[in-house]
Amino acid sequence: MSVIAFAKNWNGKFKNSTYELVSYTKNLADQLNTKLIVVSIGEVNNDDLKNLGKYGAERIISVNDPKMNILTSQVYAQVISEIAKMEGASAIVLSDNESGKAIAPRLSVKMKAGMASAVLELPISLNPFVVKKSTFSGKAFGHVQIDSPVKIISIAKNCFGLVENQVDVLIEEFSPHLDASLFKIQVLEEEKQTNKVDLADADIVVSAGRGMRSPDNWGVVEDLAEELGAATACSRPVSDEGWRGHEEHVGQTGKVIAPNLYFAAGISGAIQHVAGISRSKCIVAINTDPEAPIFGVADYGIIGDVMEVLPKLTEAIRNSK
Amino acid sequence: MKILVCISNVPDTTTKVKFKEDNTLFDDSGVQWIINPWDELALTRALELKEDAGNSVDEVCVIHVGGTQTDATLRKALAIGADKAIRIDGYPADAYYVAGQIAAYLKENPFDIVFSGIESSDYNGSSVGAMIAEFMDYSGVSSVSQVNIDKDELILYRAIPGGKQKIKTEVPLVAVVQKGIATEPRIPSMRGIMMARKKPLEVKAAVEMEILTKSVKFDLPETKGACKMIDSEHVEQLVELLKNEAKVL
Repeated sequence: MSVIAFAKNWNGKFKNSTYELVSYTKNLADQLNTKLIVVSIGEVNNDDLKNLGKYGAERIISVNDPKMNILTSQVYAQVISEIAKMEGASAIVLSDNESGKAIAPRLSVKMKAGMASAVLELPISLNPFVVKKSTFSGKAFGHVQIDSPVKIISIAKNCFGLVENQVDVLIEEFSPHLDASLFKIQVLEEEKQTNKVDLADADIVVSAGRGMRSPDNWGVVEDLAEELGAATACSRPVSDEGWRGHEEHVGQTGKVIAPNLYFAAGISGAIQHVAGISRSKCIVAINTDPEAPIFGVADYGIIGDVMEVLPKLTEAIRNSK
Repeated sequence: MKILVCISNVPDTTTKVKFKEDNTLFDDSGVQWIINPWDELALTRALELKEDAGNSVDEVCVIHVGGTQTDATLRKALAIGADKAIRIDGYPADAYYVAGQIAAYLKENPFDIVFSGIESSDYNGSSVGAMIAEFMDYSGVSSVSQVNIDKDELILYRAIPGGKQKIKTEVPLVAVVQKGIATEPRIPSMRGIMMARKKPLEVKAAVEMEILTKSVKFDLPETKGACKMIDSEHVEQLVELLKNEAKVL
């Protein structure tokens, strides 16, 4: 028996969310009194793989093949299920991100295994196997019981944190037999936003809404974000107006995020927006309207014009360093 | 080329969520039901592709798993412009069941492209689209923010951490789509509503399918304490509180 964590790399590197995944799955394996096996697909050098040992990855099965560098969900699901069957896995854990959303459901069908996504904690109960997950886009939590012998879960970012548990790492290479016809995706171009903090990974997010009055005023938002090493985001009307790109839209139909600190500048706090940020550890609201609903969910609030408050805040943070 | 759009029937996004029967069931009293926002954008893009004379899309259908009470949502999809709606008459107990039902239909009625919203705004499973791809052994691409058709080749953009990838792939394909796929959802016109009455809404019996998961209970988030207000003239106090009280700086 074993529990498998699928560690996705991007360009050969792991992110904090992968270390969190390994931390979580190590704990789950201990609870189930079984072994953790980490599966890595695509080219990653041994030093990076060994880093996973800091969080409890004692045994890593690595499919270190450049052909696998492009995420092809059909191929990845095939490889993970093959390893899971070989190792008698009772649970497979993935991160609830772009790759997890592509692979976990395919694994579920392949292995006839029930699946729960956006899981927020270690299981509430092991027998029956019940996990707590985000539902209604963050407006509620659901307890999901998985009844199949194999369980598949994807865990939400910041649900568990990083837990160090240094072990000696054993890396095994694995070469699956794959039909060439499965590789149907060809990457033509990759566009990366350089010098910007990725919103999905950010510990601090500075977000702004229609209260900014014009896209030309975003300099003060970016200045604060830069001072804090934060990502920038926006509310739905702002992305719908084309003031900012859709990838910055935070809310029920945009990105659901869980940073440690979220600044809502000139955002009224419609129910759909709050749904996307409610798992933030700390929320700061800045708005001219003292009746704005955002103050109902914020930890700290300032009543004032964002164009005046944000530069003062940037300066105060700079002075406090 | 034929496109099938999977439609989920969800509470309006402004719904204040409540539960009943000891928090084991969603309380749908007074709830306004809508097409899941991502599915609505997927349908919009599918119709745009059909209207574009530069490619060969000639049919856009919608499919849904649910009871008769969801017909209004399917009629809306027809009023927006879908050619045909299919309702699989079953209770959508979990994603595996829903995807299995849609795959069973697809096996008898093949489509070239299947669109599915990245998640439904109620149970947020993020799984039906990719499950259909696996049931059908189709290629699948998730987190798709743009779709274009160039002859028989599909050019898609998908999100990756910190950016996006432009990819080329081929049919048959399940594209799991997210924001950006279309700009504005379409509003049904009076003509569209009139025409929808004449369009086919096919009802199919559900096939036997296992249910692997169940929702056993719901909780609401704890209400937050009062917001601590800081004078706009003294923002340094906020910085101090974020550092020493909240410990997030």
